[in-house]
Amino acid sequence: MHELSIAMQIIEIVDEESKNHAATGVSAIKLDIGTLSGIEPDALEFAMEEAVKGSIAELAKVYYNYIQAVAVCEECCHEFETHDYFKTCPFCNSLNTSLVKGKELKIAAIDLITN
Amino acid sequence: MCGTCGCGEDDHITYRKPGDHSILHTHSHDHGDLTHAHPHVHDHSHDHSHAHSHDHDHEHTHTVNLERNILSKNELLAERNRGYFEGMNIVALNLVSSPGSGKTSLLEKTITKIKGKLETAVIEGDQQTLNDANRIEKAGAPVIQINTGNGCHLDALMVNKAMKQLELKQGSILFIENVGNLVCPSLFDLGETKRVVIISVTEGDDKPAKYPTMFETADLCVINKTDLAPYVDFDEERLKATALQVNPRLEFISLSAKTEEGLENWINWLAALKK
Repeated sequence: MHELSIAMQIIEIVDEESKNHAATGVSAIKLDIGTLSGIEPDALEFAMEEAVKGSIAELAKVYYNYIQAVAVCEECCHEFETHDYFKTCPFCNSLNTSLVKGKELKIAAIDLITN
Repeated sequence: MCGTCGCGEDDHITYRKPGDHSILHTHSHDHGDLTHAHPHVHDHSHDHSHAHSHDHDHEHTHTVNLERNILSKNELLAERNRGYFEGMNIVALNLVSSPGSGKTSLLEKTITKIKGKLETAVIEGDQQTLNDANRIEKAGAPVIQINTGNGCHLDALMVNKAMKQLELKQGSILFIENVGNLVCPSLFDLGETKRVVIISVTEGDDKPAKYPTMFETADLCVINKTDLAPYVDFDEERLKATALQVNPRLEFISLSAKTEEGLENWINWLAALKK
């Protein structure tokens, strides 16, 4: 259940940024989460519901942008979508592949309310 | 609310040395203290989109494009730890596995074997008890026990606090035994030099298929309890093939911490890191 740690980190960063901008509230939090980032979407969404409570982001709408993992083959240079870590190249069957997308764990943007 | 257990209280993380019944340090919510360098780039695109029609209180909403890694605080602190290790010429190993794979037994044997040749120190991570720290102390290495309470992994801040109390020696090997868990610790960089995943033959050869994240982030896979292999259905080649699919760069060492068969390969691997 490391998703709760992740959710608390998100709120900590949002809180810090709100203070930096003298915001009175947060209306939206936009997250980029890669499908191979090690995050279970349901667990994170549940953890976020709890984490925002009592924080400056209590009323914020949270947007989850799940990014489909894409790997590139180091042998034949083809890019292909992958749903797991077993990223064998579908074009040449090489195992020598690496992820180019899908590990994201990022706060893309936040909408701050200021007076 | 607590970041690790969500209990509504401060974190209950303790740092103790064997024989210590008092609590050396209580981890209160000061995560930010060490990382207030603010290295992130603020992309201030203040596009004042007056979404809320301008009525009475002149409330504005503006978007701040943060593009900030959620684990950036942990990663920043992990890099500080890494810099410290490099400066002190310390090899730090993050040992991860399921509970019961034999991490502590392997460490006991390792410490005994390399005593006099290489200085060692150990950070033990468990949810509760000083049991592992007591075993390591008996084996003859300085040790500190982190009890994470309900936490499922160690993070860079815990290691940072623990290593300050260990008074690490220049040129030593620091073993960080993570909380027994094949899932959560994979996401948290501690600043280690290498990550070692340990699996015992009794766990089955399909572990890398079931828990790929841990194998993907590891540098070395130690296959332990090989003395029990004849009694269980464990196909070592199948395990290796599956793990290599996840991480083609993974190295393997098979050994039995109990019978010491293959232990010299592990000791040689450690010695090579010190060169």
